[in-house]
Amino acid sequence: MSAKILVFIDQFKGAALPAAWEALGAGQMLAGLLGGGEVAALVIGTGAQAVASQAFGYGVESVYYSEDPSLADYRPEPYGALLVKLARELAPQVLLLPTSVRGRELAAQAAIDLETGVLADVTELAVENGKLVATRPVYSGKVLAKTICQATPQVITTRGRAFARPAFDSSRSGAPVSLAAVLEEGQIAARVVGYTQSEGGVSLADAAVIVSGGRGLANNPAAAPGGLDEKQAEIWRAQQGFTLLGELAGVLGGAVGASRAAVDAGYISYDHQVGQTGKLVSPDLYIACGISGAIQHQAGMRSSKVIVAINKDGEAPIFKLARFGVVGDVYAILPALIEAFKQRLGKA
Amino acid sequence: MKIVVAIKQTPDSAAKVVADGGQVAWGDAPLEMNPWDEFAVEAALLQADAQEAEVTAISVGGESAKEALKTALAMGAQQAILISDPALANADSQAIAKVLAAAIRKIGEVDLAFFGRQAIDGDMGVTGAMTARVLGWPMLGLVAAVQALSTDSIRVECSFEEGRQVVDCKLPAVVSVSKDISEPRYPSFMGIRKASRAVIPTWSLGDLGLAAPASVVVWPQVANPPARQVTTEMVSGGTAKEIAENLVDKILAEKVL
Amino acid sequence: MDFTLTEEHRLAQQMVREFAEREIAPIIQDCDRQQRMADFVLPRLGELGILGICLPIRYGGQGLDYLALGLACEELEAVDTSLRVVLSVHVGLNSLGLLQWGTEEQKQRLLKPQAEGKKIACFGLTESGAGSDVAAIQSTARRVGDGYLLNGEKMWISLATRADHCLWVARTDPQAADPHDGLSAFLVELDRPGVSRGDLHHKLGVRAGSTGWIACQDVLIPEANRIGLEGEGFKIAMSCLDNGRYTVAAGATGLIRACLEASVKYAHERKAFGREIGKLQLVQQKIALMVQSYDAARLFYLRAGWMKNEGLRNTRETSLAKWFATDASFEAASQAVQIHGAYGYSDEYPVERYLRNSKGAVIYEGTSEIHMLMQAGYALGLRQDAALRCELPAYDPKTWQE
Repeated sequence: MSAKILVFIDQFKGAALPAAWEALGAGQMLAGLLGGGEVAALVIGTGAQAVASQAFGYGVESVYYSEDPSLADYRPEPYGALLVKLARELAPQVLLLPTSVRGRELAAQAAIDLETGVLADVTELAVENGKLVATRPVYSGKVLAKTICQATPQVITTRGRAFARPAFDSSRSGAPVSLAAVLEEGQIAARVVGYTQSEGGVSLADAAVIVSGGRGLANNPAAAPGGLDEKQAEIWRAQQGFTLLGELAGVLGGAVGASRAAVDAGYISYDHQVGQTGKLVSPDLYIACGISGAIQHQAGMRSSKVIVAINKDGEAPIFKLARFGVVGDVYAILPALIEAFKQRLGKA
Repeated sequence: MKIVVAIKQTPDSAAKVVADGGQVAWGDAPLEMNPWDEFAVEAALLQADAQEAEVTAISVGGESAKEALKTALAMGAQQAILISDPALANADSQAIAKVLAAAIRKIGEVDLAFFGRQAIDGDMGVTGAMTARVLGWPMLGLVAAVQALSTDSIRVECSFEEGRQVVDCKLPAVVSVSKDISEPRYPSFMGIRKASRAVIPTWSLGDLGLAAPASVVVWPQVANPPARQVTTEMVSGGTAKEIAENLVDKILAEKVL
Repeated sequence: MDFTLTEEHRLAQQMVREFAEREIAPIIQDCDRQQRMADFVLPRLGELGILGICLPIRYGGQGLDYLALGLACEELEAVDTSLRVVLSVHVGLNSLGLLQWGTEEQKQRLLKPQAEGKKIACFGLTESGAGSDVAAIQSTARRVGDGYLLNGEKMWISLATRADHCLWVARTDPQAADPHDGLSAFLVELDRPGVSRGDLHHKLGVRAGSTGWIACQDVLIPEANRIGLEGEGFKIAMSCLDNGRYTVAAGATGLIRACLEASVKYAHERKAFGREIGKLQLVQQKIALMVQSYDAARLFYLRAGWMKNEGLRNTRETSLAKWFATDASFEAASQAVQIHGAYGYSDEYPVERYLRNSKGAVIYEGTSEIHMLMQAGYALGLRQDAALRCELPAYDPKTWQE
């Protein structure tokens, strides 16, 4: 058997990451550009079989999966070994993965085993003069680089929300092929002991709407409860603001983000940080509240489709990026905005 | 116990970086330790403090990378080594990984190798995992916390999109760290005094007994991102309610909801 | 002549800059508006070793040289003057005074905890009726048994309510023919009975700092706390000022730099008459003059720091550095506000804070007028520096770092 493109469908407990289907879409597009050929997919771990069946609906021709007990929880070595074995058998020209945590690690491992290179976090793919050219943002997105991997397979990870996911047609179906694990338990040095701190809610990387807060949220007119020192009171005031943002995000079906300044000040956890040292996001709608828009933050969200900025400082750099701006008090505007959206979206 | 931390020198994160005449340029912006690597150095030092282990900082780069290594020394690393060779000028991640692996082997008896999650110039984020694979060591990625460390194993929390996984792993292992690991310490003045007097050895490919690894990833073209054509429209109104309603109208008209 | 700073200097300067930018810059506007020093500042400076940066390790310090002190002051004041004022009083005026004039016992007992940041130090010279006219000091220290009874009130004392130790100058000999000879210096632990203190607010500038008054009413201190000999108080105070002034000069240099950086940034952002205001010549003139001031001020204080390292008497050079840098920083701040136009007049931008802060430095640690008279005195031969019984020790890495 062989395939032109092999796509790794990253999934967790039976739910594929949205970015994985987008990688599949990229793979199908590439197959077309490269003169046709089969697209195959690989799914690993608990719940893989269900995801594998789903993959046919997205138009994949062959789907492989493994729910071997040694692969129940993700570990780079056994997952990587299986991916590499399949890649050697199918000898694809391109190996595609989403730029998820697992995707990047597996891309790295596979590249070493397959003696090739990785083009990570790619936003565009094209064929120029018979060569596959991948465009990647570099220097935190300040520059775009066209890159080529001169060895085969070209291992590529696709950035979330940069490629369209294929249309789903439930009438398309097929029988996924089950694979045995490559490594035995005794050959694996790591052991997953448990899970902690599940995120819950919409993940920033996948969110179509993000409502984000900055240091300006500390300017909350509400008085903090007694017994708190200055710093605690400031954090309380800002956290009330983030609760308000969470409400708006809920109405819009989005996620809550934060600037580095807000995270450093202790208003919200680092999981929410958008920016150069946080997450890179590209939602359709980004609402920045009380965020000044420092370069580091811009690097994280500038590719959002529509940016709305609410800040009482009319000179804040964020307004240069914004499609719509409101110079005003976040605490006056937000409650009104929540009400107005509720009315218009029929969620009153 | 021996701990290695791999660092890279990159342009200052606030630098204005542009594509100019086919090259990436950052003017006279200073070069500094890759910000993500500061967390790796901190993680290495925290474990070394707990285990009374020795930390060696290594970097592949030109002579100027010694400054980043000096920062690592000033933060508290005991040793620093520069790996430099003209043949590595445009080396890609997998070539660098092979060089780092060779250096780690040459240092010998290393138990843990720390990496930052990615370098802010190339933004590939694969060098740590690649180095692990070349060494044949397990990879623990995006570690947010180290729960326990003994002479032969480590227990960490790895971050994923869904949450954190707690993993027990035999040593030696490669660990890449996220920002959650801890706030990097400032160099202490004592560390600064030691670092400024330190003589940092340079290893060439010959010293590593390695032929120049071939690079397979090339960058034939760099360009500036298209200028964002944004006409900013300021939304106003007499009351907060009015402003909000105007804003909602305009957002809905963009068809992003 | 080698003008390069060492790697040690570069790394130390960078470390202080990072601390000030990361931990103080984000909150400084709030602190300035609220007229208070954030509680974490002093412990944090102590923790990082900055409060003992140029003191020998065996006295609890970090073993770096006097240039490192200057560089640290430049970085701290580039973020806010209140930070540098801490070093001026804790290190410059008090700790270096103890280093120069204290006995070994006093250095171990009093200087060491200061250098370690465990005790905060301040300087008590000025009174409500005695600023430039130091000889007019009225606080008294009367000999009783094997100690002294202190009475009097000091005004405009930075860190008055935050400090643990005060280097207090008082009159031990009211009958002395020359009032300068009747003064002595003491190290007062501010938790002794009879000490009271309070804050002074509503100053024009340095509002994120802590300024206050300290009063002693029959405060008994042991003879072991007298610094130097009876009657040496004036000389000790003057040499303390040599070190305090050095930190002020270095700090004001940092303030000029802050004005310059803010002005350059704004000149690129603001447009008028169809272009960036940085392309307009009168704006360029202001910026050029700031560059000139910065480079000159920097060379002045580095020279003074170098002389301290070499163990050379530097009263004249330090006075010159302080006078030049502080006057220049007041002018630079005024022009920075002008460049920002109406926005410079509002506290949305930091330049109005720089202007308000800069005015203090032309008043304290010797008004510009005092320094002018000193320089004329030196030039006309009316003033000469005599050797002191105790000189500030020259910097020696070996003895500082063992």
